[in-house]
Amino acid sequence: MRLLNRTAGRLSRHRRRPVAGLLVLLLGLFATGTFYAAFAPAQAETTASDAAQVEEGRELFLIGCAFCHGTNGEGVLTESGTQYGPALAGVGAAAVDFQVGTGRMPLVQPGQQAPRKPVIYSQDEIDALGAFVASLGPGPAVPEESEYSVEGLSAEEQEEAVVRGGEIFRTNCTACHNFDGAGGAMPRGGYAPSLKGVEPKYIYEALLTGPQSMPTFSNGNLTPEDKADVIAYLQESEEQPTYGGFGLGSMGPVAEGLFAWVVGIGGLVGFAIWIAAHSTRSLKQKGTTE
Amino acid sequence: MTPDDPKDPAGQHETVPGTSPGASPQGGVVPDSRGEFTPVRTDTPVADPGLPAHQWRPTDVDPKLEKRAERQVAGMFVAAQVFVVLFVVSYFVFDIGGDGDAILGLGASTVTLGLCLGIALLLIGVGIIQWARKLMGDHEISEMRHPARSSDEDRTATLEALRVGTEESGIARRPLIRNTLLGSVGLLGVPAVVLLRDLGPTPGEVATEQPYEGAGLANTVWADGMRVVRDVIGTPIRAADLEIGDLVNATAAALYETNEEGELVLEGTERLIANSKAPVIVVRMEPDEIEDVDGRENWTVDGIIAYSKICTHVGCPISLYERTTHHVLCPCHQSTFDLADGANVVFGPAARALPQLALAVDDEGYLVAQSDFDEPVGPSFWERG
Repeated sequence: MRLLNRTAGRLSRHRRRPVAGLLVLLLGLFATGTFYAAFAPAQAETTASDAAQVEEGRELFLIGCAFCHGTNGEGVLTESGTQYGPALAGVGAAAVDFQVGTGRMPLVQPGQQAPRKPVIYSQDEIDALGAFVASLGPGPAVPEESEYSVEGLSAEEQEEAVVRGGEIFRTNCTACHNFDGAGGAMPRGGYAPSLKGVEPKYIYEALLTGPQSMPTFSNGNLTPEDKADVIAYLQESEEQPTYGGFGLGSMGPVAEGLFAWVVGIGGLVGFAIWIAAHSTRSLKQKGTTE
Repeated sequence: MTPDDPKDPAGQHETVPGTSPGASPQGGVVPDSRGEFTPVRTDTPVADPGLPAHQWRPTDVDPKLEKRAERQVAGMFVAAQVFVVLFVVSYFVFDIGGDGDAILGLGASTVTLGLCLGIALLLIGVGIIQWARKLMGDHEISEMRHPARSSDEDRTATLEALRVGTEESGIARRPLIRNTLLGSVGLLGVPAVVLLRDLGPTPGEVATEQPYEGAGLANTVWADGMRVVRDVIGTPIRAADLEIGDLVNATAAALYETNEEGELVLEGTERLIANSKAPVIVVRMEPDEIEDVDGRENWTVDGIIAYSKICTHVGCPISLYERTTHHVLCPCHQSTFDLADGANVVFGPAARALPQLALAVDDEGYLVAQSDFDEPVGPSFWERG
């Protein structure tokens, strides 16, 4: 206490000296300069890098995407008036991240289905493309991990999310993607892809943006929590052991019927042929050996 | 010559006695030198060669092989017993439902139970086959067909019995008795008809009567002002929240209505029936993409349109919706409906368009129904006009 008093007393004595004012002024200026250096230029830099990213994305877009989607993402119509490449204003960065990030875009050729294939852009380039397309019109942004993850929840809440997600999945998704998320056939040669092994981010983005023929499940349709529940269910179902037998791709009666007919009935036919073919006869007459 | 030829009552169809000599130059019958008729086949030009000499199997002629086959068969039956015992053992050893992926990623209990029982049954079957092939007698035999016709004595006796019966009962001579009997037996059909009619409701009653809300094939639980809620989740849908391209699998709010104690109002069978008829698919598309249907101009809300989710073919729930074509496809038999054009059938076996639910928006901006469907949902039935 005495020490504190003495220090305070010394400070207050120094404060009255003329140098003190100058010192405080210098200190204030120094602090302001430091703070400005630390924060203000950083913001300016971000804006500059945003513009640079959009510009980088535009250049990538002109090379890889503009042939079908138009140089400004306005879309290209065929002579008969059908879509060659759809307009991209308003699809948002989420659509770009999904389509390019899963290798669907750029397409090898226009067709009924945009299949998954090896990704050819780096994540930085995809982000740049996304920034450019997002600059064309307001659309859904790439979701944060917290939006589609149930990591933060307690074990009980996670289990609840999985159960709820299963109900939502069976009501809204199984019509096209099969009861186990294994995918299925669609009209005119298309197909709904398998959901197995798909990253949660891409499932969330697909729900949000409705790639190809898929309807959208915007946040006003299925809330982000509902989407996270569906993703939790899908991840849980992938980890489930096939307890009762081989899943045969979870394609239901098609795969199972094929297996039963080819392997089951085929095996029985083979067995019957084997039985009939192995009926050896002896040239000896009965009683000759005895 | 057929077995039931009247000239051949005893079934000796190889011979043709009694035909005139020389009548049939191709075969027929000719008397031999002693004036007797020799049997000559007339149905085939080639004489029956009979069965070939029987060839013995190794097990028939070699006692050692016979013993060996016997041991094989017995061995299989013993092995089958072993597997049956193993089945019982694995039933108690392995936890049913546990050890999810113990063997080849499959449940240990499932695999062992299935294999043990399957192999046991297979061994019993294979043993019996082996027994039949190696040891049971396999002599070729032939069994003759017999004529289907009764003998003349039986036929005469039966006709005589019938004649005596008719004569003694006098049914032919006393038409009054005969006709009244026929009348009384015929009238017995009437009680059956009356009883059958009361076995259940009439088709008309099944279609339209409503002992409770939404009963009857022609009705659902939808009513004026009832909110459209997300199926399974149960939350109402704000019209402004839906974006173009959105698909909502929805149902009637009545299914999620609760009483003061928080219990569902619709329970049991009534709930199942309501649940089977109420589901709708709600989609939002560009308003100018929707083709106008006469009398339904005000049934959509800003491009939001709702149709019954129950296929009009055999009633499968459909929601395989293509955002780009506005087609919805039934997974059962590929009936395809164009939601942008009154849900008319564009492909498949369905006979009529999906019923449309007239939509409106309530004070709080949520989607509500204007009324029940104006036609029955689901597949066609008898009373439908």
